[in-house]
Amino acid sequence: MTNPSKRPRNIRAQIGMVLNLDKCIGCHTCSITCKNVWTSRKGVEYAWFNNVETKPGVGFPQQWENQDKWNGGWVRKINGKIEPRQGNKRQILRNIFGNPDLPEIDDYYEPFDFDYQHLHTAKESKNPPTARPYSVITGERMEKIEGGPNWEEILGTEFSSRSRDTNFDNIQKDMYGEFENTFMMYLPRLCEHCLNPTCVAACPSGSIYKREEDGIVLIDQDKCRGWRMCVSACPYKKIYYNWETGKSEKCTFCYPRIEAGEPTVCSETCVGRIRYLGVLLYDADRIEAAASCENEQDLYQQQLDVFLDPFDETVIAEARAAGIPESWLTAAQESPVYKMAIDWKVAFPLHPEFRTLPMVWYVPPLSPIQSAAENDQIGMDGDIPDVRSLRIPVQYLANLLTAGKEEPVLLGLERMLAMRAYMRSLTVDDVVNTEVLERVGLTQLQVEEMYRYMAIANYEDRFVIPSSHREYASSTFDAYGEQGGCGFSFGSGCSTGSNDANLFGGNKKPQRSGGIPIKIPIKVEPAK
Amino acid sequence: MDYLNTLLFGYYPYIAISVFFIGSLARYDRDQYTWRTGSSQFLRAKELRLGSNLFHIGILLLFVGHFVGLLTPPAVYHALGLSTSAKQILAVIAGGVFGGVCLKGIIILIRRRLTDARIRATSSRMDIFILLLIGVQLVLGLLTLPISLYHYDGANMLLLAEWAQRIVTFRGGAADQLSEIGFIFKLHLFLGQTLFLVFPFSRLVHVWSVPLGYVTRPYQVVRRR
Repeated sequence: MTNPSKRPRNIRAQIGMVLNLDKCIGCHTCSITCKNVWTSRKGVEYAWFNNVETKPGVGFPQQWENQDKWNGGWVRKINGKIEPRQGNKRQILRNIFGNPDLPEIDDYYEPFDFDYQHLHTAKESKNPPTARPYSVITGERMEKIEGGPNWEEILGTEFSSRSRDTNFDNIQKDMYGEFENTFMMYLPRLCEHCLNPTCVAACPSGSIYKREEDGIVLIDQDKCRGWRMCVSACPYKKIYYNWETGKSEKCTFCYPRIEAGEPTVCSETCVGRIRYLGVLLYDADRIEAAASCENEQDLYQQQLDVFLDPFDETVIAEARAAGIPESWLTAAQESPVYKMAIDWKVAFPLHPEFRTLPMVWYVPPLSPIQSAAENDQIGMDGDIPDVRSLRIPVQYLANLLTAGKEEPVLLGLERMLAMRAYMRSLTVDDVVNTEVLERVGLTQLQVEEMYRYMAIANYEDRFVIPSSHREYASSTFDAYGEQGGCGFSFGSGCSTGSNDANLFGGNKKPQRSGGIPIKIPIKVEPAK
Repeated sequence: MDYLNTLLFGYYPYIAISVFFIGSLARYDRDQYTWRTGSSQFLRAKELRLGSNLFHIGILLLFVGHFVGLLTPPAVYHALGLSTSAKQILAVIAGGVFGGVCLKGIIILIRRRLTDARIRATSSRMDIFILLLIGVQLVLGLLTLPISLYHYDGANMLLLAEWAQRIVTFRGGAADQLSEIGFIFKLHLFLGQTLFLVFPFSRLVHVWSVPLGYVTRPYQVVRRR
């Protein structure tokens, strides 16, 4: 990728994620391990930094994708600029006393537990005692549990409710309510760690920030004031308001693990081996233009154009000049995320039409061939079954992944089918079938690598995470930054009684200032 | 009685203001994690928007009204062509309107905080105390309006303003100004000072964090470690 403009690009690196939905079995191991590590605390019982939804369905929280209801994400104005859909800065401040777009806890579910103690203390009775549910908020008995983190598990609830799913837009959906035509898939969701996050943009306190060195989006718990604009701004509804502490919380991308070169908890524990983590290089100066493109169906391609080729000599030279460590450049070249999203184009962003440029991408699932069941004859297109006769409508997947544009999803699915056909003829018939590869525009080398990454999915292929270099991540080149620290904690749980704000002005710690100039229009905060 | 008068209106103001500033600074410095609005909208949105908007708009305007009204020296508004009795009428009307707006809001807020099971269960004692304190203070303030209407000359207002101005300019004899003032006024003054006293220990600290800087900030924030 040459750089036509000749200006130095503002190169940054981010650890992105790909989830291969073709292999997700909906076991919820990711959700459970994540919950145990991060949200098993008061005030966030209802929060699932990672959750798995059965699609089609309205999801968690209910109808999160319906931005006519929640006003999340960005909107492009007539003048070509984008602003948060819930309003520009002044409109956001005007709503600060009462946010009209804020979901209520009932849009998630009222957190509950069961009165197990009653089983021990119940007096002798004719009927066996039961453990009845009670609300974790009020402590009062709940007559009926009205919702949960996965209320629609395996097509639970009636079709009329599930079909409110906005991914049914432009689809004659009624036939999919019939038993014979029904379809389903799993969608594990976590924070997208977007390149153009609306939560950051909507935070009046400026407490949410994107880390320059690895792209992880975090909330500064000390700086958060609980204005709760981020909750409504995030179109994925992946910011959770802790009703106990009055602060917002979100997926941390397990940054302590990522820094140490280890995969996130959800990725590490995924039994289906569907998750991939790898470095992507991108040009930060291109973000705004890409997010502002006119036709929302172009957003997928626009985001692809923001990413940079890690094998390109100019890119490598400019990345080195920007201070990106050598190990990160090597990792970018071996990145499974780069391969799946950019090289093979089998992974797609989730709802690019929200204009946040999400960084957790999805490989669409293949599904049983519908017509085969009906007339014992599979619609074939050469050696590849006709993708349009897959049980899951392509338009549905396109609404989910490419703002409704079918072509990229069709190609992705065809490439996966071609990989199967190629490997089958290779291993069963001992024939190298290059014809099927030509049809989908893949080389033998590519498809064999695809097979290694997507079918075998070895640990070291799935997770290529360079450990963060302290000399790169920290602007203090010595141990001052660690002095008086006590490891990880929330807020000031292990406070030494000090923070950056100084009663008497000035800085508390001696520090060196970074040498890279501040770029407009993105605010770069100084080192702490 | 004279002793109590001097204590409550001569010395208490300085104690309250000192605690207000030093307490706020200390909390900001030592325990920012507890520094938040404490919004309960997420648990029960119903009525919150109406109540909260009315309350906040009302109380902000009342604060500005009190600040300007009490601390503007008579010479200044006389020079601007406002007579004492005209200012008195202006204060009564503005206070009545904003007080009414605020009262409508705080009634909604108090009702939901005390009667909604979720809000009640998640309220701290300070949350309830501060809301009731503001509510009582508001009612007392509104009760002074009929008395003020009875005295068109604005003599009371002059005494109160003189008290406030003597306090903030460290002139002696502030408390003496209030010896002839009615009981409701005194109670209103006392609770007003108490609000400043408990401010750093309540959720009211979020007032310090009015996010005006947001308007000029770029949308995106990237932090370099």
